[in-house]
Amino acid sequence: MPEPVIEARNLVKKYKDFAAVDDISFDVAPGESFGLLGPNGAGKSTTMRMVGAVSSRTAGSLSILGLDPDEYGPEIRSQLGVVPQADNLDEELRARENLLVYGRYFGLPRRLVAQRADELMAFAQLDDKVKAKVDDLSGGMKRRLTIARALINDPRILLLDEPTTGLDPQARHVLWDRLFRLKEQGTTLVLTTHYMDEAEQLCDRIVVVDEGRIMAEGSPSQLIRQYSSREVLEVRFGSQNNEVVARELEGIGDRNEVLPDRILIYASNGEEALGAVTERGHTPITSLVRRSSLEDVFLRLTGRSLIE
Amino acid sequence: MTATEMRPDAAHALIAARAPRRWGAWYVAEHRFRGMKAYTQTVIATGIGSPLMYLFAMGVGLASLVDANVEQNGLAVSYLVFVAPALLAMAAFEAAAEEFSYPIMLGFKWNPIFTGMGASPVTPGQIIDGQVIAVTVRIAVTSGLYYLFMLLFGAVPGEFGWVSLGSAVLTGLAFGTLLMAYVATLENDSGQIAMVMRFLVLPLTLFSGTVFPLTQLPWFLQWIGWLSPLWHGTELGRVVSYGHPEPAWLSIVHVAYLLLLTVVGWMLARRVAARRLNR
Repeated sequence: MPEPVIEARNLVKKYKDFAAVDDISFDVAPGESFGLLGPNGAGKSTTMRMVGAVSSRTAGSLSILGLDPDEYGPEIRSQLGVVPQADNLDEELRARENLLVYGRYFGLPRRLVAQRADELMAFAQLDDKVKAKVDDLSGGMKRRLTIARALINDPRILLLDEPTTGLDPQARHVLWDRLFRLKEQGTTLVLTTHYMDEAEQLCDRIVVVDEGRIMAEGSPSQLIRQYSSREVLEVRFGSQNNEVVARELEGIGDRNEVLPDRILIYASNGEEALGAVTERGHTPITSLVRRSSLEDVFLRLTGRSLIE
Repeated sequence: MTATEMRPDAAHALIAARAPRRWGAWYVAEHRFRGMKAYTQTVIATGIGSPLMYLFAMGVGLASLVDANVEQNGLAVSYLVFVAPALLAMAAFEAAAEEFSYPIMLGFKWNPIFTGMGASPVTPGQIIDGQVIAVTVRIAVTSGLYYLFMLLFGAVPGEFGWVSLGSAVLTGLAFGTLLMAYVATLENDSGQIAMVMRFLVLPLTLFSGTVFPLTQLPWFLQWIGWLSPLWHGTELGRVVSYGHPEPAWLSIVHVAYLLLLTVVGWMLARRVAARRLNR
């Protein structure tokens, strides 16, 4: 077993009396793609900032590449690439210039930075935007430029905080493709997300975080197996009837969950479950059989949905 | 922990961070220079236009109205010679007020590039140091241009007049670093910076013994001058420019006071930045 690149033990971050991160422990292996999944305010970004050596912990121990961020902040940061939740590109500079100035922060020679900047503009599919003003780039392009910037020092670990939040589906897929390539190249990825499809696409292993604590840990498929059924039947009877009907559907599938607009029935075979529903004399307005997702895992663990 | 006990990736990190640990502030300054390129023309235009206008209006125009000679402590000089060191210090003071206010708010808040820098090996202290380096150069350029025009107008009789360049830059830093520390504490700008410009920068330029000797002010207003870095910088400029007679200890006080404000402002700004970027 190679030594983990990140080791967090009983990590705590408090703001006055409020614990944003409350006793979190996890390891990340080199080359692994690791995700923190949870709703807004779960403590994911705070954890990321501590790992990024820009926020000091209140308690616990943290080691990045074997170094303590309290003591070796610049050393750790020299090995990281950081894609923050909110873009902080310099809008007074042109697209490629952003990479040039950023590369210098790592003490890299100008020639090397210029060469990498060209390669990364191509990697980010921004070849034709080299001289564009940052302000004129679309949201997806800005994110890709931010990722390119984060790669300028050829980092050991890439930290991505909500990398695709606010992007349209097409832009998300382009970004996922770029991240997947990095993963294939062996870059360690640590990302936070509240999109379960993103976590399923990109992560080898996930911790589900809520209210500053880890609720569960495993690969996406492990988590789904452990906390959900293979399939889910979604039925709608109108928002006023769902509660009443749900009581009469008890016993169908492993369990059911009543949401304001629909009932979720967890079963290994969704079609059979739908048959059982109609057998009991209920005809849903709409019905849908789908595979279980991390959303279901989260709902099971916290009783709440991820995107509220 | 020594390098030999370390795992290879940690040892590698130690080597990689050597250059940024030493030169980080210069990288930040480099970045700021690149940003300043966008308004180089403005810097040059005001750097040329404002001494031309002020020296002409004050030194030639106003001088014909006021008593042709200003006498202080027994030394009479022309109004142009009297006012020129003040105008030089004012130009540095105003340039510093500009560069240490909105651009700092921009970096922390509006376009948070300081947060971006903070994620690199550069430290918050180096981010502040880099601002100081870049702005010092910027003020020096403005002051240099101003000084050239002073020479052209024949406003610098003394052979050590060029030293007033240094006192002007120091005046800018003494006020500017404190302003930067204040701006760094602002979570939001709901007009505070504009208030500073209107009710601090502008009055100080008028009441710091600049266009008339401080002693002309009623005694109960003279403290403004004593506290104002601009008065200290102006007086110092006058000493080196035309040998304005004042006791040597007072000149030492000017230098010490300006240095003190610069160091205090600079250190405060570093502390505020460290707290703000580590949350």
